Amino acid sequence: MPRYWTLAALFAASPAAAQTVTVEPGPDAQERLQTALIEAKPGSIVRIGAGRFDLTDGLSLDVDRVTVRGAGPDKTVLSFKGQLGAGEGLLVTSDDVVLRDFAVEDSKGDGIKSKGADRIVYKHIRVEWTGGPKETNGAYGVYPVSSTTILIDGVEVKGASDAGIYVGQSEQIVVRNSKVSGNVAGIEIENSRHADVFHNLATGNTGGILVFDMPSLPKMGGGEVRVFENKVIDNNQANFAPKGNIVATVPAGTGVLIMANDNVHVFRNDLSGNATANVMITAYRQSYDDAKFKPVPTRIMVSGNRHGRAGYAPGFPGGAQLAAALGGMIPPVLWDGSGDANSLRVSDGVPVLSMGLKQGAPLDTAQPAPVELKGAQAPMPTAVVLPAAMEAAAK
Amino acid sequence: MKALAAAMLLFCAAFAGRPAAVDDAAITGEGLPTKLSDYGFFTDLAGEVPAARVIAYDLETPLFSDYAAKHRYLYVPAGLKARYAEDAAFDLPVGSAIIKTFGYRQAGKFKPLETRLLLRRARGWVALPYVWNTEGTDALLKRAGTRIPVEFTDPAGKPRSISYAVPNQNQCKDCHALSGAIAPIGVKARYLNHKGQLEKLLAAGMLDRLPADAPHIARWDDPPAKLEDRARAYLEINCAHCHNPAGAASNSGLFLDWRRNDPTALGIRKRPVAAGRGSGGREFAIQPGDPDASILIYRMESVDPGIAMPELGRATVHAEGVKLLREWIESMPRR
Repeated sequence: MPRYWTLAALFAASPAAAQTVTVEPGPDAQERLQTALIEAKPGSIVRIGAGRFDLTDGLSLDVDRVTVRGAGPDKTVLSFKGQLGAGEGLLVTSDDVVLRDFAVEDSKGDGIKSKGADRIVYKHIRVEWTGGPKETNGAYGVYPVSSTTILIDGVEVKGASDAGIYVGQSEQIVVRNSKVSGNVAGIEIENSRHADVFHNLATGNTGGILVFDMPSLPKMGGGEVRVFENKVIDNNQANFAPKGNIVATVPAGTGVLIMANDNVHVFRNDLSGNATANVMITAYRQSYDDAKFKPVPTRIMVSGNRHGRAGYAPGFPGGAQLAAALGGMIPPVLWDGSGDANSLRVSDGVPVLSMGLKQGAPLDTAQPAPVELKGAQAPMPTAVVLPAAMEAAAK
Repeated sequence: MKALAAAMLLFCAAFAGRPAAVDDAAITGEGLPTKLSDYGFFTDLAGEVPAARVIAYDLETPLFSDYAAKHRYLYVPAGLKARYAEDAAFDLPVGSAIIKTFGYRQAGKFKPLETRLLLRRARGWVALPYVWNTEGTDALLKRAGTRIPVEFTDPAGKPRSISYAVPNQNQCKDCHALSGAIAPIGVKARYLNHKGQLEKLLAAGMLDRLPADAPHIARWDDPPAKLEDRARAYLEINCAHCHNPAGAASNSGLFLDWRRNDPTALGIRKRPVAAGRGSGGREFAIQPGDPDASILIYRMESVDPGIAMPELGRATVHAEGVKLLREWIESMPRR
């Protein structure tokens, strides 16, 4: 009892509007950390000390303008191995939040989710499922959704059973300097507009970088995306996503995959070692019931990418026979054949293979043939410019 | 005798220098009272004797929370009235409070674990969790939530042992938020419109009006009611506070409010988004005629935090609720 009184006295003595509070590892970490996140005031910094925090429940932050800062992604570890509740490790639902310099490990669901959290910064964050790629791993590593203006910088994600870095139904997005490996999808931009994905390394995933649009969601019409100067290498991890999820359909060996989007530019990337294809352009091929949804890709521009070896073990039914028929390798750029060829343009100096599929037709109706995609040049989406405060927070 | 007891209580309260009426300032002030007793919602907190204008109510179909019993009370300050709404939660005036105590019957007696408060302040609703002491005399504010080991016997007679989760203050908002602002869930005409509860509120001067055609939702465990109505009532109270276009699960496109008609939004042959391993290898939220192929059932039957729905407040499977939804999905023509 006296110990508690001492603690209470300490709390009472601290200034009411303290701007920085530090939480160290130790007993009751769950309660102390969650309390700090609840009691944070706008402008506060919640510092998380070095060490391992064994947590039993998801943490959440719902205060604007708070920075949560650890001692480094290898030093401050929030471990959710013993998690009993909540759908993610950390949930952020407020604006202007900065998350930096800590790790989230082994959360039962997603690693860090931010929803309706505008101008969020994820900097030097590591999210990892430490047992390697497993179907029982959580779905997304970092997961901003339904938000405007997002920066993901220097983030590392390993082992997500869906996507390492997943941005959904959002606008004004930058994903840079990040490393994703051993996930089903490395980086996924879904149902989002105005995204710049650059200077990332995607390796050892099932698919490296995915730009998707899906039907029947509150926000559709994804596009205006630039994917450039990334290294997308050796993404040949066997797909370990639970069936039913769209990424479960991604063939192992996929580099960059563009599906049902508009005005996506893929340029100056290093693409190699992806056994199915370095670049794949496809329609949304599943059945859907949504009159507003546009399933075919339009204005997809692929240019100036450096292609290493690819297409040597295509991960779709009949792929091996196709590769054998084509001398052991299919072209590094693959188009499913759906949509208007006049709005697709590949100028990488490598051959392109069309699967000759009609929209929605099954793969066994494929009529593979070389194709040249020389559609009209679409205007480059303008660079995403983040507010200066976000850039400063990510220094 | 009863009157005498009440008089004694009042006398004791006065003697202790504590107001017998609800402390309106505790509700409307900026502070966060540390004890449940600070509010004066009950003239006898342990005995659950409500103060004036604190009225007990229940819902025709309640949310499932690990088989916990819930005692609900509504307080509206003197001179003010809740404004009736047809479809939304009643518009409760500043100073109102919703009090919900969770607990289990043990040795024939209700043992409270936690009391969640929704306080209507000038700036909006505030949600606060209070955790009862082991003696059952008062509850203390616990903004970070906690876990309590609980043993109880479920309605099927099966003994259960769970780690009961008291939500943290932010988690209250996971369910109780519409477009980002905290809002009550249960205080709606359709849930209260049974056993004369709305009439009682009107008579107590706590409700401004009561139309004759107030809506009514089905009781989920009332076999004479239509299967679909019961299933939809169950989905509405257990899921729709998140799964609606202004709720925490708005990005899912799965919307389960009771009057929704779009089959895809209701999950019928709707593919998952961001379900992760919650999809359980199944393709659709609801596969008509086939509950075992429906993600909805998979997630209701799991207690794994990465799979289970709802995400909060459930460490057990609600066997009876799952049975109802299985029957409903089975009753749909296959396609």
